[in-house]
Amino acid sequence: MFDNLTDRFEEIFSRIRGKGRLSEAEVDAVLREIRAALIEADVNVGVVRSFIERVRENTIGEELFRSLSPAQHVIKVVNAELTNALGGENLKISYASRPPTVVLMAGLQGVGKTTAAAKLALWFRHQGRNPLLVAADLQRPAAVEQLRILGEQASVPVFSVPGDPVNTSSAGVEEARRIGRDVVIVDTAGRTSIDQELMDEVRKISQSITPNYTFLVIDAMIGQDAVNSARVFNDALALDGIILTKLDGDARGGAALSVRQVVGKPISFVSIGEKLADFDLFYPDRMANRILGMGDVLSLIEQAERTLDKEIAEKGAKKLKGGKFDLEDFLEQMQQVKKMGPLKGVLSMLPGVPKEIRNADIDERELVKVEAIISSMTKAERNNPDMIDGSRRSRIANGAGTSTAAVGTMLKQFKDMQKMMRSMGMGGPSPTKKSPNRSNNKKKKRR
Amino acid sequence: MITVTVVLAVAVVLIVSTIYLVSRKSRSKPSFPSKTSVVARRPIEAPNGAVISEAIEPISENLVLPGDIKRGIGRARLAFARLFGSILGGDKSSQQLWDEVEEALLVSDLGIDLTTSVLDGAKASMAVSDSTDGVGIAAAVKSQLRSLFVEQPRDLSYSQDSPTVWLVVGVNGVGKTTSIGKLSAMAAADDRKVILAAGDTFRAAAADQLQMWAERTAADIVRSVPGADPSSVVFDAIQKAAARGFDLVIADTAGRLHTKSNLMDELRKLRRTAERDPGHLTEVLLVLDATTGQNGLVQAREFAKAVGITGVVLTKLDGSAKGGIALAAEAELGVPIKLVGVGEKVRDLIAFSPDEFLDALLEMDVQNELSDED
Repeated sequence: MFDNLTDRFEEIFSRIRGKGRLSEAEVDAVLREIRAALIEADVNVGVVRSFIERVRENTIGEELFRSLSPAQHVIKVVNAELTNALGGENLKISYASRPPTVVLMAGLQGVGKTTAAAKLALWFRHQGRNPLLVAADLQRPAAVEQLRILGEQASVPVFSVPGDPVNTSSAGVEEARRIGRDVVIVDTAGRTSIDQELMDEVRKISQSITPNYTFLVIDAMIGQDAVNSARVFNDALALDGIILTKLDGDARGGAALSVRQVVGKPISFVSIGEKLADFDLFYPDRMANRILGMGDVLSLIEQAERTLDKEIAEKGAKKLKGGKFDLEDFLEQMQQVKKMGPLKGVLSMLPGVPKEIRNADIDERELVKVEAIISSMTKAERNNPDMIDGSRRSRIANGAGTSTAAVGTMLKQFKDMQKMMRSMGMGGPSPTKKSPNRSNNKKKKRR
Repeated sequence: MITVTVVLAVAVVLIVSTIYLVSRKSRSKPSFPSKTSVVARRPIEAPNGAVISEAIEPISENLVLPGDIKRGIGRARLAFARLFGSILGGDKSSQQLWDEVEEALLVSDLGIDLTTSVLDGAKASMAVSDSTDGVGIAAAVKSQLRSLFVEQPRDLSYSQDSPTVWLVVGVNGVGKTTSIGKLSAMAAADDRKVILAAGDTFRAAAADQLQMWAERTAADIVRSVPGADPSSVVFDAIQKAAARGFDLVIADTAGRLHTKSNLMDELRKLRRTAERDPGHLTEVLLVLDATTGQNGLVQAREFAKAVGITGVVLTKLDGSAKGGIALAAEAELGVPIKLVGVGEKVRDLIAFSPDEFLDALLEMDVQNELSDED
């Protein structure tokens, strides 16, 4: 998400970085470029206008001209404005004192409501809740069936009765009460914001179940129309937040900025992959950092805590520190990293990753091939790759279904890697090129 | 509690393995034999559930009536045109006018580069003609926009020999299956015998949805079990079409994000299957959602690169979105917008005409027009 924006900002800021002084014309030029970058990222034109105005007000003035590093000052102001525009605090669910807590999902057609409903249910389950899914999309053929399949995958029961969506919804809430589920998520049919009849229907659903939370599901790929739809849905339903889907593509997600500004409702959750677990709360401040290329280590740590096997991860870290990281460890760690989701997504949360790597076209299937090669080695070979001679090499190639050349390349690359790790100062807390980031993270963590 | 060191260790492994993958990719790609090239074709099975059924909603009239596009995009037009109408009225400096025109174009999702070039072109042409009022600006902008459209036929083509094959592709949730239903109705109205190929074997119940469309439009359908190889479904459909004298095979495909390289590979294979004898592939249609922003351009690029699209079907124009991104895609890739979806009914897929579209979008006196129609 926002990768494109990150690149653009990096470019823009690199041009002014290191300048001792910024003239008003230079600031203007920077602001023009920021404007273009935001519009290319699908941020609403009106929102961009006021964003640029505020940045201009806060940058131009005494402080900028007195500032020793004007670029830093501009970045600081942009960062503050971005955080502000994205909504500051993340959502903290307050559960109904008399269960169930009722959640209503609404949105345009094809945005991924049904999938998002199932993902949200799984998220609630991870919070220690017992959700019930209610399929009130009785319009799209097989939408109920789809939710049933997804519910099964999330180990969450699904309720539906044919007929009228309003009745289904209220019956669903009733059912949740009866069987003692403490959260109920109602999935509704997709509708265009200008279809009066369908907007009335969803309003009726809302009135009959009086939801504690109403989420509008928005496709991250949506353009300038995001604000129109959000406005209409907000008028009809009094939204509590937005769920942004399909962030695993290369969408720029500017809707996240616009919607918050225009209807005053924040992005609450984001869906970042095809798996049901690829779904999380949205953290505006972290996202602002990410947009400005400052990484999002907090989210990375949380994701690691959720998905990684602690023991294996720590073992790998110890080996790295001791400089004894071998292929066996590499294989183990690679399997761990894979659990954290698409490589690209994880990479985007790391600070200081060069643009070339962040944007590289990563084919995750290549990882499978590497795994196959390492898996075809004996334990001794993994511990000591130097012992792999020609005949071992061809045996490994056979086992992995690849060529000896590929095995050779893989081994050579691993050696380069080892060298790199050593140079990256994994041998303890000695300062390296990346130390500013690292010490920051440690500080944050200790607090 | 996992410590920061551990996370950093993971991070290092991550970066390193990525660097590894990236460098490997650029250097020694051919050293791995391609596994996909040795995929054996599944035996041809009799497709399950192939039915020819009664039409539920019979198609009796011609689908595209004169004036349909005007009626169809009436609402979309209203939103856009109002913007333009208010811009051009009132007493404004020409700078103000230009700024507001720029905003209107940006709001239509045309993109900043294209908007800038349209405005520059319009300004240049006005410097020559020396008019500065709103009407002059509108005319100049319109002629710039008109020049973005390619001069190419926009009707769907059939091959001389049957069966013709149309492949329908796009990202998730844009309305592919629904568009195919409407295409099927269109072809049926044209007296063509149609088979739908349920190539979306991934999304739960996608085939059921397509089957419903087949029934409605009196088309035949070939489908397989969930998770089956989509190429085999398309292959079966073409075989059946050839054997039984059908005119047209319309192949549905699963929605895929253009960033998923394995799925784009699958689509390439699907295309190769679709163009093999006895089928004659004449159209690869990209379905674009009108609400899509600048990402739509990337979608068009990637799908064009992978399977060579011949036309765009712009869906969901019945909402408040203006679909400027399809124009951006046409301008960049030279692939014409062929059809637009303006509603949920079978007849709500209509032929696209740049002139009607621009007239509608930039019309100043819309209020009267619309009240005439309603």
